[in-house]
Amino acid sequence: MKSIYLDHAATTPIHPEVINDMVPVLEETFGNPSSIHQYGRKARQILDVARDVIAKSIGANEKEIIFTSGGTEADNLALIGSAYANMDKGKHIVTTMIEHHAILHAAEFLEKQGFTITYLPVNENGRINLDELSSALTDETTTVSVMHVNNETGMVQPIKEIGELLREHQAYFHTDAVQAYGVLPIDVNKLGIDLLTASSHKINGPKGLGFLYVKDGVRIDALQYGGEQERKRRPGTENVAGIKGFQRAVELLNNTREEKVQTHQMFLDLFLKILETEGISFSINGDRDHAVSSIINISFPGTNVESLLTNFDLAGIAASSGSACTAGSVEPSHVLSAMYGDSNERTTNSIRFSFGLANNREDIEEAAMRVASIVQRVKR
Amino acid sequence: MIYLDNSATTKPFTEVIESFQKVSERFYGNPSSVHQFGTDAEALLRKAREQAATLLDVSPEEIIFTSGGTEGNNMAIKGIAFAHQNRGKHIITTQIEHPSVLDACKALETLGFKITYLPVNNMGCVTVEDVENAITDETILISIMHVNNELGSVQPIEEIGDIAAKYPKLFFHVDHVQGLGKVDLDFKKSKIDLCTVSGHKIHGLKGTGLLYVKRATTLFPLFHGGGQERGFRSGTENLAGAVSFVKALRLIKEAQISNKMKLKTLNDKLRNCLEAGEEVVINSPVNGAPHILNFSALGYKPEVLIHALEEKGFYISTKSACSSKDADESAILTACGFGFDRSSSALRISLTYENSIDEMITFCEAFHDVINSVLK
Ligand SMILES: Cc1ncc(COP(=O)(O)O)c(C=O)c1O
Ligand SMILES: Cc1ncc(COP(=O)(O)O)c(C=O)c1O
Repeated sequence: MKSIYLDHAATTPIHPEVINDMVPVLEETFGNPSSIHQYGRKARQILDVARDVIAKSIGANEKEIIFTSGGTEADNLALIGSAYANMDKGKHIVTTMIEHHAILHAAEFLEKQGFTITYLPVNENGRINLDELSSALTDETTTVSVMHVNNETGMVQPIKEIGELLREHQAYFHTDAVQAYGVLPIDVNKLGIDLLTASSHKINGPKGLGFLYVKDGVRIDALQYGGEQERKRRPGTENVAGIKGFQRAVELLNNTREEKVQTHQMFLDLFLKILETEGISFSINGDRDHAVSSIINISFPGTNVESLLTNFDLAGIAASSGSACTAGSVEPSHVLSAMYGDSNERTTNSIRFSFGLANNREDIEEAAMRVASIVQRVKR
Repeated sequence: MIYLDNSATTKPFTEVIESFQKVSERFYGNPSSVHQFGTDAEALLRKAREQAATLLDVSPEEIIFTSGGTEGNNMAIKGIAFAHQNRGKHIITTQIEHPSVLDACKALETLGFKITYLPVNNMGCVTVEDVENAITDETILISIMHVNNELGSVQPIEEIGDIAAKYPKLFFHVDHVQGLGKVDLDFKKSKIDLCTVSGHKIHGLKGTGLLYVKRATTLFPLFHGGGQERGFRSGTENLAGAVSFVKALRLIKEAQISNKMKLKTLNDKLRNCLEAGEEVVINSPVNGAPHILNFSALGYKPEVLIHALEEKGFYISTKSACSSKDADESAILTACGFGFDRSSSALRISLTYENSIDEMITFCEAFHDVINSVLK
């Protein structure tokens, strides 16, 4: 039986062209970019080009991109780095209850260090309320961190409006765009973003790599110390081949984003239509008018996540209950709890399906059929 | 083209690239996912961790995969400092550490920690007595590198470990980035609590490495998040990176065993023929690591020599790549007590098992040609 991967929000397969671009760098351009000889200079050129391509993909300048070891590091650098660098302006940070753990646990750390954190709630649609954000802001607020697209539901936050709201406020605007980068067009200047996180392995690039966009003039402290790399904000010998692969992944998405979004929409419509035709009762979590087409979170009344996931897995369907990072265990989703309340049954009977490179039309049809028959079977 | 800058970085082994490629293609699942793709990835990660543990003679749960040496050093130093500051706020290190150790310590100074930067003798080594004398009731960490990256001097890690073990309150961290695969280090016998290594110095990939954290050692993490790597290091695991790192580790250990005296022979050859030139003084101690030879061409600007050698197809460096933007003077050589003429004209050759004696001979010839043709 063919396994079908419907968990692209957890991680994505690396694109063959990405590997093809990395291998020659590993074989030939292996120098240390800090070395002054030719091996070093050639490696440095690769970095420069990649930084430029990646900066342009979000309308930024190449000096504003800091390469990191992934989304988690970039989120920590953004939140902790900006908190410490701006303590003279205040010790208050605003974020939301539905962030990824990389932000939530960094925020909890800051709380222990004496910072005050406001966790904004979301409504049933999975979005924050701008008035609530507005009233949470104080003269002491230094950073507002709101994710662009939620990893469990695919819900898009009102980033542009938040950017506008913050234009007149001292607080920096950080957005965790790990799930948005690659599916939504992003222009940091138009959206009023000061700090933005992206991760390579979510866009068919290599794992262990990401970036933080830091707008020119925005103050952040480093989390690590050492050499002069990344303007001292992220020292360590640069992962040159990985960065080259990341560049390729970004170029591929620049060229194919619209097309990909349409394909995902087609997959999604098809998937839901089959569930309906098969007479499955389900409801969608969140408001699809504000969601990306690659992620959908579906509640199946009368079922339970764990038995669904186990049965899906046995039937060769890879889906998830939400964030893969709740390492190994199936815990009630903090995102669905924030949307519907802790005791709502949706928190224990919902599945995330996320589409991408590993899928084609036939897979989706096949997957929907298998899902439908399992749901019917396990329903109490 | 003869690349003699293997302490800056190394060319990945072909098998390492292949393993990176294969794992990237076949095991793309997230090890934290509960479905087949995830459990397959998780099983492979577990296997890599077990192999790394066997190769380093430690336990699998003592291995934390990292993004490299800089992260490992920061995680160890900041991690111990923040987790154990209630026991004391004093740290002992040396004046010749890599910037990732020195600057992490300097950052801790601004947070109220006291740091002792031990001096070194003219062989580039700390003395065990100095280490012992520096220990106070407040000391929570001793961080000392095994092999120095500029000079190749080897610190008396085992003896320091014996001293450190007498003070149960303190932890002993070793930056083993340059020593791995070149100079043996027994983590247990040396009573090491934390040890940093990096992939790209052993023909692995850049952005890979690991930190050994002895069982029952608590560390404050650098990053918070999904709780991967037993909570020490959140972030989706770089599985292909980790597997390829372990491959490099195995291959470098094998190379070390099958080429027992090779680097030493090459190094001696270089030392002898370079020393024959009047303008050259050798800075590396005779009993140092076999892959590094640091020397000064008195009166010559190192950059000029490097570029002239480059035109002849030889690639060497001045000092560590990470500090190449500073002026010519080497802080390490200054710490050894060498005068300005010597510490501002230093060059470093760093070898790998793939180098040959012929390459050493042709290098020496080229070097003498260059010395004779460039102006002082
Ligand atoms: C929204 C979001 N932020 C951050 C991360 C963490 O990124 P990484 O896995 O690269 O550390 C993830 C993915 O796990 C994510 O989905
Ligand atoms: C002794 C030493 N420690 C740490 C490092 C840092 O390692 P990485 O480049 O993997 O961050 C290096 C190399 O640059 C080094 O030579």
